[in-house]
Amino acid sequence: VKELLTGGEAVAHAMRQIDPDVVPVYPITPQTPIIQGFAKFVANGRAHAELIDVESEHSAMSAAIGSALAGARTITATSSQGLALMAEVVYIAASMRAPIVMAVGNRALSGPINIHCDHSDSMLIRDSGVVQLFAENAQEAYDLMVVAPRIAEHPDVLLPVLVCLDGFTITHAAEPVELIADDDVRFFVGDYDLPHPMLDVGEPSSHGPFAMPDHYFELRRQQAAALDFVQVALAGAADAFELLTSRRLHALEEYRLDDANCAIVALGSTAGTVKDTIDELREEGKQVGLLRICSFRPFPAVEVAAALAGIETVIVLDRADSPGGTPPLHAEVAATLYGSGCELRGHVYGLGGRDLHPEDIREIFASDQGAYVGVRGEECPA
Amino acid sequence: MAELKSWRDLPAGGRVSPATAPQPRTGGWRTGLVPEVELSACVNCLLCWLYCPDSAVNLDGTTFTGFDYDYCKGCEVCAEVCPTGAITMAEERP
Repeated sequence: VKELLTGGEAVAHAMRQIDPDVVPVYPITPQTPIIQGFAKFVANGRAHAELIDVESEHSAMSAAIGSALAGARTITATSSQGLALMAEVVYIAASMRAPIVMAVGNRALSGPINIHCDHSDSMLIRDSGVVQLFAENAQEAYDLMVVAPRIAEHPDVLLPVLVCLDGFTITHAAEPVELIADDDVRFFVGDYDLPHPMLDVGEPSSHGPFAMPDHYFELRRQQAAALDFVQVALAGAADAFELLTSRRLHALEEYRLDDANCAIVALGSTAGTVKDTIDELREEGKQVGLLRICSFRPFPAVEVAAALAGIETVIVLDRADSPGGTPPLHAEVAATLYGSGCELRGHVYGLGGRDLHPEDIREIFASDQGAYVGVRGEECPA
Repeated sequence: MAELKSWRDLPAGGRVSPATAPQPRTGGWRTGLVPEVELSACVNCLLCWLYCPDSAVNLDGTTFTGFDYDYCKGCEVCAEVCPTGAITMAEERP
């Protein structure tokens, strides 16, 4: 059925349909509609999770680790400062190989304090070893939430999977969302079947041991391999999802890229605005295209290089800065294109919820924007 | 010491199953004195066995037989709690 839902409501519906065992969560804008919506489902008996009102996001992720490893399917959600407070424990969740699913309503980090969208919160935990999938719209946020448990719980993955949806732009804006039947979602995610749950009294085990220099490095290497395997697990889950819904989820999406001589690379909801602008520019005869990255971690480097092969100018849009260095998506794309000979530009845009308008995108394509898009006082290249 | 495993062979996340870790002989950490016992003065009260923080007191059934120096840290608790003076602390012999 198709319903008019905000991205937050759509994610709450996905959680209701997955019907996890435990949801430890702390409210924060703009994630709140997700957990508020889900809490209503629990209160109305439409979902059956143990909803734990924890005292902070640090505790939310700590409780999530315990419950996921004990043998309970666990979902949580956060944003911005919540993710920052949680960051220490996110690394531990990944290293303990806890298959937690978490929705992130992307919001700028303080300071100055702000509640609107950018990707600085997700980028803060870029290297934590978790899977990070960026949705373009409410439908994709819902779809990614449904496939996330299958990726997280794959026996060769066993890692937290974060579904990132732009704060307000996706979390609070209503769109028509095609919901899958409840029974189909339950069947799709199946039972939670962790290989070695802590509460298996027949085969008890200790999780999260201290690792000295003779083991730490091996366990980090193992974690890197698990993250690499996500590409296979994602493709497999996407195949099954396509059979169920006829919708295809991709680690990366090419839009009008085949004959493009200039392409934008971007994450999240901005891709929608870029697509509309590309359609207009194509009408005007401009050969422009878009490569939208859904799976930022793991980063599908080989596929990105293949998709951008032969394109003369590649423009990377980052919704997070790396002061004193290269912004995260720009650095990633630069690494994949090293030696390709194409012209590569990067722009930081949209920090703290600053809108990116079609006119801005036209100016970006026309080399008429500076490194920081739409910032008062920013100088444009001659 | 067991051979160290490759990252491919380690359980995911370093999970540890019971009785799979090699037994390091932690008696090597011992500093200071070592306990000795004069068994003819021992009344087999087993207070030393009860108090030893490292399970380094050997029993044969319920009979005290001596110390396991592979694990004793030399903390002197056994000598302190011994009611008959059968346990004394002595210089470590090389």
